[in-house]
Amino acid sequence: MAPNDSAQITGETGETGGVPAGRRRAARYVVPVAVAGITAATIGLVPALASTGDPDLPKISAAELIEKIAASDTEQLSGTVKITTDLGIPSLGGLGGSAAGTFAPKGGAAGAEGGGSAAEPTGRLMELASGEHTLRVAADGPDKQRLSILDSAAEYSLIHNGDEVWAYDSASNEAYHATAPAGAAKGSEKGAKGKDQAAPKDLPATPQDFAQEALKAAGDTTSVTVDGTARIAGRDAYQLVIKPKQTGSTIGSIKVAVDSRTGTPLKFTLLPSSGGKAAIDVGFTKVDFSKPAASTFDFTPPKGAKVTEADESKAAGKDQAHKAPKDAKDLKGLGTEPNVIGEGWTTIVRLDTGGVGPAAASKDMPAQGREFMDALGDKVDGKFGSGTVFKTRLVNALMTDDGKVYVGAVTKDALVKAANAAK
Amino acid sequence: MSRVENVSTDVATAPAPVPAAGARSVSPLWTLGLLRSELVTTFRRWRTLALLGVLAAVPVLIGIAIKIETSDGGSVGGGPEGGGGPAFLTQITNNGLFLVFAALAATLPVFLPMAVGVIAGDAVAGEANAGTLRYLLVAPAGRTRLLLAKYAATLVFCLAATLAVAVSALLVGALLFPLGDVTTISGTSISFGDGLIRAVLIALIVAASLIGLAALGLFVSTLTNSGIAAMATTVGLVITVQILDTIPQLHGIHPYLFPHYWLSFADLLREPFYWDDVLKNLGLQGVYAAVFGSAAWARFTAKDISA
Repeated sequence: MAPNDSAQITGETGETGGVPAGRRRAARYVVPVAVAGITAATIGLVPALASTGDPDLPKISAAELIEKIAASDTEQLSGTVKITTDLGIPSLGGLGGSAAGTFAPKGGAAGAEGGGSAAEPTGRLMELASGEHTLRVAADGPDKQRLSILDSAAEYSLIHNGDEVWAYDSASNEAYHATAPAGAAKGSEKGAKGKDQAAPKDLPATPQDFAQEALKAAGDTTSVTVDGTARIAGRDAYQLVIKPKQTGSTIGSIKVAVDSRTGTPLKFTLLPSSGGKAAIDVGFTKVDFSKPAASTFDFTPPKGAKVTEADESKAAGKDQAHKAPKDAKDLKGLGTEPNVIGEGWTTIVRLDTGGVGPAAASKDMPAQGREFMDALGDKVDGKFGSGTVFKTRLVNALMTDDGKVYVGAVTKDALVKAANAAK
Repeated sequence: MSRVENVSTDVATAPAPVPAAGARSVSPLWTLGLLRSELVTTFRRWRTLALLGVLAAVPVLIGIAIKIETSDGGSVGGGPEGGGGPAFLTQITNNGLFLVFAALAATLPVFLPMAVGVIAGDAVAGEANAGTLRYLLVAPAGRTRLLLAKYAATLVFCLAATLAVAVSALLVGALLFPLGDVTTISGTSISFGDGLIRAVLIALIVAASLIGLAALGLFVSTLTNSGIAAMATTVGLVITVQILDTIPQLHGIHPYLFPHYWLSFADLLREPFYWDDVLKNLGLQGVYAAVFGSAAWARFTAKDISA
């Protein structure tokens, strides 16, 4: 049947191939091509047109802007936050394999594998350290906050309401319950911030947290300027630019977009000095400063949901719950007391493993293993001897062959210099 | 093969209503008459009914499987590996309404597109294959209108197929599992009535997710005179594109692939709604419909119909 058909078709085109008719026919195909072209142009042009409209705002100094942030009393807000992180982390795997497992959990692997509850916050928040995520945040005063990570057809929610802290994972229909420390005023405040700050301390989730972390690092080593305006999530915002004055840092600049009316940080962008796209980009795509509905913070575990209490979970899933800290300890445990070299942006931490470096250790390894280690890091030589540099986009580490480790948000050259100076 | 012959006899009777309607003068009503005859032709075929039957059977299977698995009091996919399989599976035992969402999530990647691919791919090529296309064109409706009527009939099938899954799932869910307040995936609770409204909305969104594929299938259908080839190509395209959608290295093109936002219908179960991806999905389907619809028009109106 098929050959016959194709024969027919070729026959058709052959006999009706008159030039005017053929041209008329070809002309009809202009329509779909034009539709596709217009669509492509629209997709390309609309963001470009939209971004040219930087708002006109009165000039403001950096100090005034920081004050505005500090004075900001935004307690009620709800919105959608987009987090994009590109830390170049895979190459960090060279630090010992286990680190890669900590830093690259995906899809709740860390939460689900260890035998604990899939709703446990520790693992889920680590997910934010890589890739692109959409979050929803809502807050109403110090007692009520909510943070949801939107997954495909599922959602992970952290809800803090009064002294209750709930985490709910809709994919596995599991909930996690903890009681916020109540009692002293200080305690309740701490509890209130518990969700937003304690958990994401190493992994801040809202622009506020990011901005505060960044401003803390300021000093005479840092230049802070106001660089124009921007429109973020439909609001007029000032752009605060924080740049290291020292050379040798891997951090190029940090941009914080601050809402011109409320002083709330709306967007945080960290650009590495090596160029390329932002290493961390957190910003509201939608924000609303009105009071969120009270029901937003209500949570009762749904029928049939498996509820894990914080205490039980600690007992049952100790191994898993403390996986991340344990790995961090592994790194620290490599040496005795860490030494801090330098200050400000170019701070380097020196650890003494007391043992042998990877290159020396790799002598006992099979050839393939050695090649693998070499592929992960760059060989460097200097006055200190020789070693291997493991690079990410923000943090670099130098492991010397005699077992010293230098880690910092600095370039390879700065690490080598520090190693030479320490010798 | 015998199936095809079956169908062709079926199709042969189809043009009958068209000349009858042709008695009227050429008016916009023409398209309606044409659409009606297309709908009758499409939905009177055993193949169409069988497809709808298979689609309606999927929720029954899921429902019974879950009922059996949980009859000893256990939970679905309980334990550490929970969360596998299609979305919403874990919530079905608590609320039968979730069977609607789970069934739609399970059928949307394969069964629904396959059914639509069969109907859309057959629309023009099937008639050409059966030798009935030129009789259809004898009626003074014009090729553009005929194509529009065929596309509209395909879209009606998209809706019918989605509703077949949703209604069957709702019935099975109500029979086998308790109903009641619905927990959204954000963890908040809404009344059963609200949940039902969301289910209807989700069924409409799922049906609308197939608009782009229907246009693509129709375009493929105008390219060949073999109904089987058009169906196979359309279904093959669905599978290929979905495979491309899972390859991380190609993430640059993912937002432009028509199945990319299909599962976004689940965003309507969040509290509050999260419209971004749903709107992207609808926009993408519109673009596909415009591009491949006009391509089908360009091909069909310029084509020599010899069969």
